[in-house]
Amino acid sequence: MINLLLFPILIPLLFAAILLFFPKNISLQRIISAAAAVATLISVLFLLLKVKADGVQAVTLGSWDAPFGITMVSDMLSVLLVLSATIITLFVIFYSMPTIGIDREKSFYYPAVLFLLVGVNGAFTTGDIFNLFVFFEVLLMASYMLIVHGGEKPQLRESIKYLLVNVISSALFVAAVAFLYSVTGTLNMADLAVKIPQIEETGILTVIAVMFLVVFGFKAAIFPLYFWLPGAYHAPPIPVLALFGALLTKVGVYAIIRTYTLFFTMNIAFTHELLGIIAILTILAGCIGALAYFDVKKIIIYNIIIAVGVILFGIAQMNEAGIEGALFYLVHDMLIKAALFFLVGIVAVIFGTSNLREMGGLMKTYPVLGWVYLIAAFGLAGIPPLSGFPGKLLIVQGGFEGPQFWGSIVVLATSLLVLLSAIRIFIYAFWGEPVKTVPLKKRSYYQMFVPAVILVGITVILGVGAELFMPLINGAGEVLLNPSIYIDAVLKE
Amino acid sequence: MRTNDVMLKTATKVVTFIILMFAVHIFFAGHYTPGGGFVGGLLTASAIVLLMLAYDIETVKKIIPVNYVMLTAIGLLIALSTAAASIFFNVPFFTHAYDYFDLPLFGKTSLHSAALFDLGVYLVVVGVTMTIIQTIGEDE
Repeated sequence: MINLLLFPILIPLLFAAILLFFPKNISLQRIISAAAAVATLISVLFLLLKVKADGVQAVTLGSWDAPFGITMVSDMLSVLLVLSATIITLFVIFYSMPTIGIDREKSFYYPAVLFLLVGVNGAFTTGDIFNLFVFFEVLLMASYMLIVHGGEKPQLRESIKYLLVNVISSALFVAAVAFLYSVTGTLNMADLAVKIPQIEETGILTVIAVMFLVVFGFKAAIFPLYFWLPGAYHAPPIPVLALFGALLTKVGVYAIIRTYTLFFTMNIAFTHELLGIIAILTILAGCIGALAYFDVKKIIIYNIIIAVGVILFGIAQMNEAGIEGALFYLVHDMLIKAALFFLVGIVAVIFGTSNLREMGGLMKTYPVLGWVYLIAAFGLAGIPPLSGFPGKLLIVQGGFEGPQFWGSIVVLATSLLVLLSAIRIFIYAFWGEPVKTVPLKKRSYYQMFVPAVILVGITVILGVGAELFMPLINGAGEVLLNPSIYIDAVLKE
Repeated sequence: MRTNDVMLKTATKVVTFIILMFAVHIFFAGHYTPGGGFVGGLLTASAIVLLMLAYDIETVKKIIPVNYVMLTAIGLLIALSTAAASIFFNVPFFTHAYDYFDLPLFGKTSLHSAALFDLGVYLVVVGVTMTIIQTIGEDE
């Protein structure tokens, strides 16, 4: 099956197209979308086994040979991210059923979620820089629809900003791709990795590398390009927020990782030092936001920005510890962010508000929710043995081995601020005097709570069983550190 | 105020068919020369929009009783299943197949699986364009 690596892209696309036929039949919509996510998950697991056994998989569409045809490549990094994205989408679909509301379910909510998964999985899998743009557009189209879906006033206001920012960054993306093509004469990533070291004038390539950093930085929400994120992500309902927060910024982060390890390596002293400095500034800016707000959604949203900084700092080190730490942290962060959004979503539903000042005393009525949230918060901050710890440890180690040791100190110090920001929610919402809560049916509470608990459980397994997952992360890091593996798999030389 | 639109309506009755024929021509021209499902779809949509301008949305809905969202979904399925046929032959996705046939009237003709894919693209383009225009047009 040479097309196996396309299945995680094709299955959601097929099911999304089928779902368009009967938008009003909610029970069918629910069953089929969940079945689509499960089928995708099974195909990803097969793909994971295949990649683990046989190494990097590549297929060039339409039988046109690689660098001319569009290549789709699945290495360990891409398959791990596709796996995390699919797991999260599956749980978001389950979480949506009790929370998103009948009206939204009747107007193409589930197809939009599946189309988003098509774009995300495609962006993780593609081996062609222009095709990456195409899949960015696919996921952006779906995200435009999801952010405005329901048409509440804040949603309409924020979607205009979101649209403007993304249209501008997409235009920049095409311009940057055009510059790259005019210098190298190719768009295939493996071919770029061959051609770029042969070009002697690194000045222009450095400019292009920084342009790509700006383009992907808009998507990944790095300093100072994150300004659109807190407002835009605050507007849509919680399941959509969890989907965006866990997946969309990570696609930008993945694009930076891929381009900055595979081919923009001609001037590491400049580009990667710049990346490292921006990463540290991103962490600091995120910390300020996470501590400044009294809104549970905003606090977790600013934690997305902090995590983006931590991951990119690991990548900027370009050594084994830094990159492997960043990859582990990337997978951990996708899962833990989805879990945290689910949990604060339940808290916000129970109190009928997302303002921390109007909360309190939940520990007496919902003790299990409190303890699960505490575990997730500790995992986010990276307290051993939870899943944030191994990744952060490796990133810090990578920083000390590299030139930017001061960055590692910042990462360590800000971990405490992350912990503080997450614990603040625990203190305000779960401790203190009980305040009036919105009555919630037991059944819909469990429908929300179970997906959240399973996700937290997965992150705990990821942390406690880090030894088991490290071979996979090592495999992913190996391809990033030795681009020749990737190049050989695509160009088959 | 009702304007006198006899000219527009009369011209539309003729021009719509010319545009539709041209759309079909462009669609089939697309394989070797400029054209294809995307442009053909846009031309077809423009013909329907012209009808809407000359008459009104209700009348056009009566003339062409098509649910454009369904049309998009059908187009997606056609395009996807054409491309997915390559999965069963275990060749890279999107690999096309073609052969020459002796057809009555046409003579020796090359038939491509890519044309079926383009038909899917055509339906998706018509469906999406008309959905957008109808949604904006109905919004009073």
